[in-house]
This record gives sequence, structure tokens and C-alpha cells, in this order.
Amino acid sequence: MTAVMPHLPALQVVVPLIGAILAGFLRRGTTGFALALAVSWLMPFIAGALLWQVLAGGPISYHLGGWEPPYGIEYRVDVLNAFVLMLVASVGAVIMPFARRSIAFEIDERGQAWFYCMYLLCLTGLLGIAITGDAFNAFVFLEISSLATYVLIATGRDRRALLAAYQYLIMGTIGATFYVIGVGLVYLVTGTLNMQDMAARLGAAFATHPHSVIAALAFLTVGVSLKLALFPLHVWLPNAYAYAPSFATTFLAATATKVAVYLLIRLYFGVFGPALNIQKLPVGELIIGLSIAAMFAASFIAIFQVNLKRMLAYSSVAQIGYITLGIGIANQAGLTGSIVHLANHAMMKAALFMALGAVFYRIGSVRLHDLAGIGQKMPLTMAAFVVAGFGIIGTPGTVGFISKWYLAVGALNAGGWPLVLVIMASSLLALVYVGRVVEVAWFRDVSPACKDASDPPLSMLIPLMVLTVATVWFGIDTQWTAGFAGKAAAMLLGGLK
Amino acid sequence: MQALKIFAEHYNYVITIFLMVAGLYVVVARGNMVKKLIGLSVFQTSVYLLYITPGKIVGGTPPILDPAFTVYSNPLPHVLILTAIVVGVATLALGLALVVRINEAYGTIEEDEIFAKDDEQ
Repeated sequence: MTAVMPHLPALQVVVPLIGAILAGFLRRGTTGFALALAVSWLMPFIAGALLWQVLAGGPISYHLGGWEPPYGIEYRVDVLNAFVLMLVASVGAVIMPFARRSIAFEIDERGQAWFYCMYLLCLTGLLGIAITGDAFNAFVFLEISSLATYVLIATGRDRRALLAAYQYLIMGTIGATFYVIGVGLVYLVTGTLNMQDMAARLGAAFATHPHSVIAALAFLTVGVSLKLALFPLHVWLPNAYAYAPSFATTFLAATATKVAVYLLIRLYFGVFGPALNIQKLPVGELIIGLSIAAMFAASFIAIFQVNLKRMLAYSSVAQIGYITLGIGIANQAGLTGSIVHLANHAMMKAALFMALGAVFYRIGSVRLHDLAGIGQKMPLTMAAFVVAGFGIIGTPGTVGFISKWYLAVGALNAGGWPLVLVIMASSLLALVYVGRVVEVAWFRDVSPACKDASDPPLSMLIPLMVLTVATVWFGIDTQWTAGFAGKAAAMLLGGLK
Repeated sequence: MQALKIFAEHYNYVITIFLMVAGLYVVVARGNMVKKLIGLSVFQTSVYLLYITPGKIVGGTPPILDPAFTVYSNPLPHVLILTAIVVGVATLALGLALVVRINEAYGTIEEDEIFAKDDEQ
């Protein structure tokens, strides 16, 4: 064990990468699933050990290949990215058992092993973005996860999945290229790619080349915002989530956008924050404005969706608005709300998409009118949907309330009481789109489409139940989620002074 | 005269920005999916120039330590861009593969025709 412990940061990324390569040689879906399950279940242990080390002894700096930073690539783990690593690894581990039947139902036998290969590659990329302390290395991992994501989406059965994957490829590549341009501009004025070194040198660089630094900040903001689907750069997301296989949607909705948000937080508060007082630039106001637009516009569009996966996709855009709202508010409570909502939204959205995946597994449709009366046929699945839906609305006793509470406190501390009203008003829109599904599913006569349906097998039901219980559990006991988020926020804001 | 001097000193950036904007324009303005990918490639290529051209220092030698030389060119941008080129090639290959599949599924690669076909359903 003592030989392995110092290399945990590298193993966090290398293990899924090797898993992906091995999965590429497999031809049978079952063996691919076994491999993906083994890797996914190993990940939370590594992430948990890293989190424990960080809490006990402060940030970990791992020098890849023994090259000293800032010359070599540094993996740097502090409270914030240990939390994000734990989130991605845990979600992957919990939802993995769901994959077997869902994938076997939605993808041809010859494509299944490839699907698991791409899933592991996507996991590698996401964990890599979260762990690296090198801005260019983050780009490479961003592209690894993105390319794998395009394939995951394109494996959907509907031919529109191909179109959605193509559109995401175009927009995702523009976003990633914007990110590289931003990193390049910072590299030109500071001569370094290590994020901490950048932060130390940006102040002096801003004094001599203010325009380059501001242009870099703009390019990085737009590039990462495309990846995290900040309104109005979200247009790729609804189709991608609606037509991808259920399991891919569940995984991506819970992790991919969250990791992009993490990258934005890291750039703002870890790189640009310490160097130049970011509040002097109108970045915060811009982010708050776009977040409010996302919360209302996307929730409003969600109300009129007939395809429920598409409805939840628009709901995701709205929920990302809450997360970025806290980044814009940029005080202790607001940022805590943002970071805790990364985890809280991941739990709720994964549960909701899994419930729909189970429905699709039984009746082959996720259109609203086909789900009439399905609550009587699939009571456990739809009960989970209702609980997680309450979370999205922000009912007390669920995780959604915790996030909104912190955001509202943050808004009040920043002197923005109208923002509190905005948060409450947008929750009402969520009540409408979740309530609409609850009404159809529980209070209508059973539709012919779902008259033979029943709750899914245990391998699908247990992951769904675990996340549903987590939605309530972490809504009451917030020590693990909000506790860590608060520590991370204090660390980030400490860098601003 | 001043403008001409700035242009002469920074002509590499002018070329970079021209390629960047031209590539992005093609992506936005064209409906043909292959042409969009070509635009995307031009856009990505412009970034290669953004990194590599400042790495060359006039009069600099390759970065091999020798008492006879004091000015070295920066090799790091080349290495970074080698990675970016690989990423660009992979993206283009995947994009073209998707276009082939879209052509099989829809019988066209013109975006407006595809949207029209989906709306009919």
C-alpha cells in the first residue's frame, strides 16, 4: 500500500485510461460491462483516499514523470477538486449497474463493448480535467472527454442522435479551440502553463499587456461556457441529451457539465482571481445576467416539451444557471451554493434520467402522453421520479433546497434581494414542469402504451433508489456536501485577498 | 506609416487572425456539413500559428546547451501544438465519420434539407 499511496493522483487517471484501451479489444458487451464496472467501482476508493489525504495534510502536488513544476505537468489536488473527483467517481460507480440492461436494450450487440470503451475514455477525460494543475493538459483531457462524448451520443438509436452528435462536435470543438486560444494568450504574456505559476505571474503581465490578459479571460470564459452549456451557448445540449442512450444521458448530465463548471471556477478564482481583482471587470454581472436568463428561459421552454428527456435537458440548462449564479455572486455563501449544487444537481438529475431510462426500458417511449397512469404500473420508479423532481423544485428536505438556501443567503449578503425573488420565481417554473409529469403519471387512466409495464429489474432499480435516498439524505445531513463546499469556497476566496 | 510598421512587426498575428475569423465564418455560414468541418479545421489551424510563431526567436538556435550560443528558440510551443494537431486530426476524422453516417441515414448532408426531413415526421 505504501508504494501505491504516493501515486494515487496518477492512478486516478491512468486506471480508466488503461481500462478504455482494454475495452477496445473486447468484442462482447458483457465482458465490456464487467471491465467498466470494475474500473468504475475502483474510482471512488482512489478519489476517497485523495480527499482524505487532502483533509489531513493539505493540497497534494504530484509531479508527473518526476519533472518539477512549472516545467513539468503537475497534478494538484486541493479540497475543491478532491470534491469534484469524488463526485464524478461516485456517480460513475453508483449508476454503472444500471448500464448493463439499459445498454443491452438500446445498443446492438456489436456496439456494446465500444460503448463501454468510450464511457471509460470519457471518465478518464473528466477525472483528468478535475485533477490537473496544468492549463494545456486540461485542454487535452477536455478533448479526450469531448471526443468520447460525441461517440456516446451518436450511438443513440434515433437517426437524430447522429445530427445531435455532429452539432455538438462543431460547437464543442469551437469551445475547446476558444479555450486553447485563451491559454495561448496567457502563455504568451506569462510564459507558463502551470495554473499556480500563471496566477503568480498574471499580475505583472496585466500591468504590461492588459489587453492580452482581458482577451484571454474573454476567450476562456466563452470556451468553457460552451462546454458547460451556459445560456445562450446551450443549443447543443437538449438534442444531445434527448437522443443519446439513456445511460449516456444519465452519466453526461451528472458529470460532464459539472466538470466544465469546475474548470470555470478554477480559472476565475484560482488563476485570474489572485492576479487581478476580477470584480473590476464586469464578468460577475455578465454571468449573473446570463444565469438569470437561463433559469427563466430554459425552465419556460421545458414546460412545453413532449419528449421528457428533452424536458429534463432544458431543466439541466436552467439548473446550470443556478450554479453559475453563485459564481457571479462570488461571496462565501454564493460560491458554497454553486459548489454544493454541482453535487446536488448531479444526484437529482442522474436519478431523474435513470427513472426515464427505466421507463424507456419497459415501454420504449419517453413521450408524455405514453406515460399516462404509469405510476400505477411502475410505482417505485415513478416515486423516485417524484422525490428527485421535488429536489429540482427545491422543496425543503431535499438537496435542491440546500443549494437554493446558500444561493439566496449569498445573494442577500451581496445586497441583491431581487435575486432572491428571482430564485423563488424560477423554482415555480420548475414546479410547473415537474408537476405536469407527476399529474400525468399518477392521476390519469393507464395508457395503452404502458398497460403491461412493471418496475424494472433490481440492477436498474437499486442505483435509482440509492440516488433518490441520497437526494433526501444530503438534504438533511449536509456535513459532507455543504461542509466540503464551504471549505472549498473559503479556500478559493482566500486566494482573492 | 505607423500602421505599416505594426503590420510588418506582427504580420504573423495578422495571418493568424485572418485564418481564425475565416474558419469561424465558414462554420457559421455554410450549410454543407463537410464544408463546415473544413472551416473548423482552418479555425483550429490558426491556433497552431498563434502558438508556434512567437516561439521562433530571430537569431535563436535550437535549444541545445552550448557555450557558443546564448539565444535559444522556445521548443515548448512545438510540442504543445503537436498534441493539438493530433486532437485536430481526431476531431476531423470523427466529424467526417459522423457525416458519412448522416448521409446514410438521411441521404443528404445539407443542413436545411436534413431539418426539413426531420420536421416532416
